[in-house]
Amino acid sequence: MSPVVLNTIEVILNGLMTGVMYSLVALGFVLIFKASGIFNYAQGVLALFAALTLVGFQTGQVPFAHVINATFGTDYHHWGEGMNTVLAILLTMAVMVLLAWLVERLVLRHLVNQEPIILFMATIGLAFFLEGLGDLMWGANIKVLDVGLPSGGSFWWEDVTRTWAAEGTEYWGMYIDVLDVWAAGIAVVLVVVLTLFSQYTETGRALRAVADDHQAALTVGISLRTIWVVVWSIAGFVALVAGIMWGAKSGVQFSLSLIALKALPVLILGGFTSIPGAIVGGLIIGVGEKLFEFAIGPMIGGATENWFAYVLALFFLMFRPQGLFGERIIERV
Amino acid sequence: MFYREAGDFKTSYVDDQQTFPIRFDRWGVRVLLLVAFLVVPFLINDYWEKSILIPFLVWSLAALGLNILTGYCGLVSLGTGGFMAVGAYASYKIMTAFPEVNIFFVILLSGGVTALVGILFGLPSLRIKGFYLAVATLAAQFFLIWLFNKAPWFYNYSASGQITVPERSVFGIVVTGPEAASWATYLFCLVFVVLFAFVARNLTRGRLGRSWMAIRDMDIAAEIIGVPPLQAKLSAFAVSSFYIGLAGALFFSVYLGAIEPTEAFNIDKSFLVLFMIIIGGLGSIFGSFVGAAFMVLLPVLFKNIMVGGFGWPTDMVQHFIFVLVGGLIMFFLIVEPHGLAQLWRVTKEKLRLWPFPH
Repeated sequence: MSPVVLNTIEVILNGLMTGVMYSLVALGFVLIFKASGIFNYAQGVLALFAALTLVGFQTGQVPFAHVINATFGTDYHHWGEGMNTVLAILLTMAVMVLLAWLVERLVLRHLVNQEPIILFMATIGLAFFLEGLGDLMWGANIKVLDVGLPSGGSFWWEDVTRTWAAEGTEYWGMYIDVLDVWAAGIAVVLVVVLTLFSQYTETGRALRAVADDHQAALTVGISLRTIWVVVWSIAGFVALVAGIMWGAKSGVQFSLSLIALKALPVLILGGFTSIPGAIVGGLIIGVGEKLFEFAIGPMIGGATENWFAYVLALFFLMFRPQGLFGERIIERV
Repeated sequence: MFYREAGDFKTSYVDDQQTFPIRFDRWGVRVLLLVAFLVVPFLINDYWEKSILIPFLVWSLAALGLNILTGYCGLVSLGTGGFMAVGAYASYKIMTAFPEVNIFFVILLSGGVTALVGILFGLPSLRIKGFYLAVATLAAQFFLIWLFNKAPWFYNYSASGQITVPERSVFGIVVTGPEAASWATYLFCLVFVVLFAFVARNLTRGRLGRSWMAIRDMDIAAEIIGVPPLQAKLSAFAVSSFYIGLAGALFFSVYLGAIEPTEAFNIDKSFLVLFMIIIGGLGSIFGSFVGAAFMVLLPVLFKNIMVGGFGWPTDMVQHFIFVLVGGLIMFFLIVEPHGLAQLWRVTKEKLRLWPFPH
């Protein structure tokens, strides 16, 4: 094979890997949207918050250290050596559940029956709130997140692909990040687990009932409030996974929450109500933006990844407003 | 006692349809305008100009624009930053290409250019709505900023990629560039704000405004009773973008003077304006002003209290303001979805009945 073909394959592969990462964030959106009809803009910030909290627990930071120090003139930073990664992940999960409960209790409960767009704007407020809170709690510096997943390029894959090149051409093999492969694996596991959960457990069935019809679910005795807490907890869990993967990839920093914005076109492509849609949409966006940048980017100045996803979504919306797998939109007066 | 329609007899249709039906309101507005035009210019200093008054005026215009689109027509846009950038770059290109054109008309023309761009990006609104549209407008935000970064024609091939405003004057008084006096820039912005607040107020009371509100309340029903959705939605996008373009042009030429698109017009600006209209009041001209004032004053106030008073570091105060603004947004959406303007409306109702509320 000629190097051009091989390079294209490499771009596509890397695009797929990036796409998986987008899908991870998009999954959280879909879960909440299905169960409560809320378009949760804060999903990306949830991931950031989860990652920050995880790093905080791991390294044993004192929450709000900066605020306390600035107010009382003290000098606390760490309360110890930090804790075991597994324990830290469990504790972070507990924090996310608590957060889900608080969000339901303090915000969502009061916004029942409001228009979707009002709820959307409320989650933008929530996003700002969490962003500030995360920074106040754990400090705004860029943090390194290491949960023991392997990372870096795969030499094995490089060696294998080098042999594919045609004789006499200069080709040094494909680069693929092991971490991305792990992320893809974890995403697959996550989707399988979520599907099994919603198909075979009692809570999962209740979730689907609520997604189908709020009022009907209420009449058969499903507590909407509990379900919402459960859904937001699951979304918090997905955010934690996404936060770990993104954090391990590019450090825990503010730009993590911008990933959420990238997840929006993913959702539009996949449809807001479909879990497979979120995955396929993520892959399409990932491959699309990498290929576009590779093929057309150099001609028009590069950095097209900033907007390609949104413009693609824009054109897509013109022809299929409900997304690839979304339910048909029927409007009545 | 004094705040009521009773005793204020209207003898013609013109009287009956005036903007402020209550005498007290009319006098209030007149006094406010007099103070703004004749008193403030003599008291203004550099600090008040740069950190409070000009930002307030510029963001008021932007909030007015977004309120027309979101509050009156129900189309949520997250592309405000991008449209402001269009206004800014349009004014820069017009100023440098046609130096003889008066700055006043340059600003108006930039608004016009932005309106055209707005219509273009508003086209998808005919098929999609709600947050689908919000995502579509993100395309405008990111694409436009990228374009202004990457196409050197827009910044006249300058090496830094920045655009810097040339010095321009109105009636011989310098209003742009570093030499401009505080009172001159203030008055220049004020003229635009007052003029276009008046236009917005009357647009929203007229046929066009009513068709926007019909679309907002239920677009299918509106279509059935004969409101053309194409006209209504695209005109909302055009008018809204015009205002936002004006705000962007003033933001660049009068307020900052030199800008770099990624910093000056990033997505945070879009959210800032959205927050202004949520806090101020969706679908209210008055609310746009209150919201802009609130969002401009809040950070200034907290910076003064916390950095000056408690001695907190600046970045921490910044995060604290994030928490506060986020919390306030949720609070307002829960407790008072119609914003501060609604509080004022309620007060007015109470005043009308005072002192005999029953």
